[in-house]
Amino acid sequence: MELLEFARGPALWFSLFVLVTGSAWRVIAIFRLGTKTDLSEPRSTRRFAAALRGIFARMIPRKEFRQGGKLGVFGGYFYHLGLAAIVFGYLPHILFIERLTGVAWPPLPEALVYLAVGPTFIGLLMVLLERLTDPVLRLLSGFDDYFSWFVVFLPLLTGMAALGSAYPQPTLSGAPLYPLPLAIHLLSVELLFLWLPFGKLAHAFLVFISRGVTGVALARKGAAL
Amino acid sequence: MSTTATTSNALEKRARAVLASAAAPDARMAVREFVDQVNRDAAFQLETCVRCGQCADACHFYLVTRDSRYTPVYKLRPMLRAYQRERAPFAAVKRRLGLAPPEVTAAELSEWSELLYDACNLCGRCTLACPMGIDIAGLVRRAREGMSAAGFAPADLYKVAERALDSGSPVGIGWPTLKRQIEEQEKETGLKVPVDVEGADYLVILSSIEIASFPETIGALARIFKQAKVSWTVPSAGFEATNIGVQIGSRDVAAALLSRVVEAAERLKVKYVISPECGHAYSALRWEGPNLLGRPYPFKVVQIMELLDQLVREGRLRTRGKDTRRFAFHDPCQLVRRGGITEAPRRVMGGVSERMVELPSPGEANFCCGGGGGVSAIRRAEKLRFAAFACKKQQVETAGAEALVTACANCRNVLEEAIDNYHMTLPVLGLTELLAQYLEPDPAPALR
Repeated sequence: MELLEFARGPALWFSLFVLVTGSAWRVIAIFRLGTKTDLSEPRSTRRFAAALRGIFARMIPRKEFRQGGKLGVFGGYFYHLGLAAIVFGYLPHILFIERLTGVAWPPLPEALVYLAVGPTFIGLLMVLLERLTDPVLRLLSGFDDYFSWFVVFLPLLTGMAALGSAYPQPTLSGAPLYPLPLAIHLLSVELLFLWLPFGKLAHAFLVFISRGVTGVALARKGAAL
Repeated sequence: MSTTATTSNALEKRARAVLASAAAPDARMAVREFVDQVNRDAAFQLETCVRCGQCADACHFYLVTRDSRYTPVYKLRPMLRAYQRERAPFAAVKRRLGLAPPEVTAAELSEWSELLYDACNLCGRCTLACPMGIDIAGLVRRAREGMSAAGFAPADLYKVAERALDSGSPVGIGWPTLKRQIEEQEKETGLKVPVDVEGADYLVILSSIEIASFPETIGALARIFKQAKVSWTVPSAGFEATNIGVQIGSRDVAAALLSRVVEAAERLKVKYVISPECGHAYSALRWEGPNLLGRPYPFKVVQIMELLDQLVREGRLRTRGKDTRRFAFHDPCQLVRRGGITEAPRRVMGGVSERMVELPSPGEANFCCGGGGGVSAIRRAEKLRFAAFACKKQQVETAGAEALVTACANCRNVLEEAIDNYHMTLPVLGLTELLAQYLEPDPAPALR
């Protein structure tokens, strides 16, 4: 079996299986811990609105916390937005997702996606540099933090290496000219899928629940969100 | 023996057992308690941390010392490890593969006692700053359950808790002392303070600090309630509002102390219990109380600021004149950020202050006085507490405030001590007293 065939076939399906079942296991296991009903008289009973407020209020730091903050706050915006543009806006990625799910959407202009690579790359390097040098971040960091950074950075790096060779114009759906860089890129993405449910990258979905439950708990007291 | 008495005895017994743990600290017990504390919501929060470190920049203990260990989420490390090792998803698999984090040791817990108690006011500023929506202060409160149940809380707090269980007050104030203070205030104001009046609308409870250091609050309440025609009473038993249980982090101690207030309210059949000028007392009574006792109250809890604001807005309180000093309101964290009472004290203060100024980051994002969450009761933490006050000091200077007004007797006490320590000249006033000073004089004093 060719490497690309392996990456597009069994490796992909296995990594997706681990991604979905691992993520579901993690969320369900936490939900099963349960929680007692709060017997205090609530100030607000609008739980759904409170959860939404909790989710959206934390997307931008409050003005009181913007000064003197960590570089990672800005780096974080760069690479989260950049990754979103690259993953969901780049035509070959959309074609890949369409092949798997049948769902597609219009791509971003190619130039914009290429432009997004720079800030994403710099943003990711910035947060790593800060994690290695800032005393607070160094104290907090462990294997999960560095490995998670690595598995996010790797697909970006391998993707850049595969850029331009994978789907040469005008044969968008044709066979790639250089299968090895593409296979490596795919395998690096699959490594990300394999790790995501088990480490901090799971914040991709956990963050909404965490913000939501805190939003509900604080809003029932009328406390600051 | 009545059911209530039986319940109280059972609560008392459990609370005493917690205090006994101080004699023989037990790491395994702490771990069990840590793990039990992690329910669904706490687990989602613990699991979501991305170690971004933004909470450090929200914590006054970190800001003044730049000691990374004071990063709020770092304070949770033993509880997080216990959870990850024992209960988190994949914990069993990780243990089998040798990938689980190591067991939490007694030495670590002794070290973390300083981080979880001396260096945390449970003020919740970190919670507000966390981009992942983690209620870090709430988790520290949970972590303290493990620490206190297993003998790792500061010795000073165990002593205070013991005194509170023995005498009803964290500083040993009993009814004879309160009675004396009431009589003194009755002489001062010429007004009667109703004691143990069954069927009164409002039950007034007080913090020991008010009774011992600011007894004028009692006279102020008498004057305010007289003008507003409020039916109220003070209980001769169960009058202590503070609750060391929520500070040391023991639901058993907290429940035992709280049950005394609830029993007083039920005995006197009041409609409302007024939570006085005390931040954590409000948290204990208003939010934790029904959960600690496992039942809703048959009365409502109202914070004194909410009631004063309501009386002013209803026109039942009339003031005359305003203070012309540059007053700034110091926001008690548990009332404002954690309790949702931000505007009421400002409205009340605005009625009697001509030149109100706001400190930088007012209201929800305020800095704690440094003594909340039990820190003011820990002697070894005094130096750190004074250091943390530097954030507040800078804000006061920036705002050019000539006096601070607050709605928490503990904040007031802590602020006064810190102000002395920094050789500053800055009066700190209680808002209830300030309002009473500017009440319109009674038109018919002979009818008192």
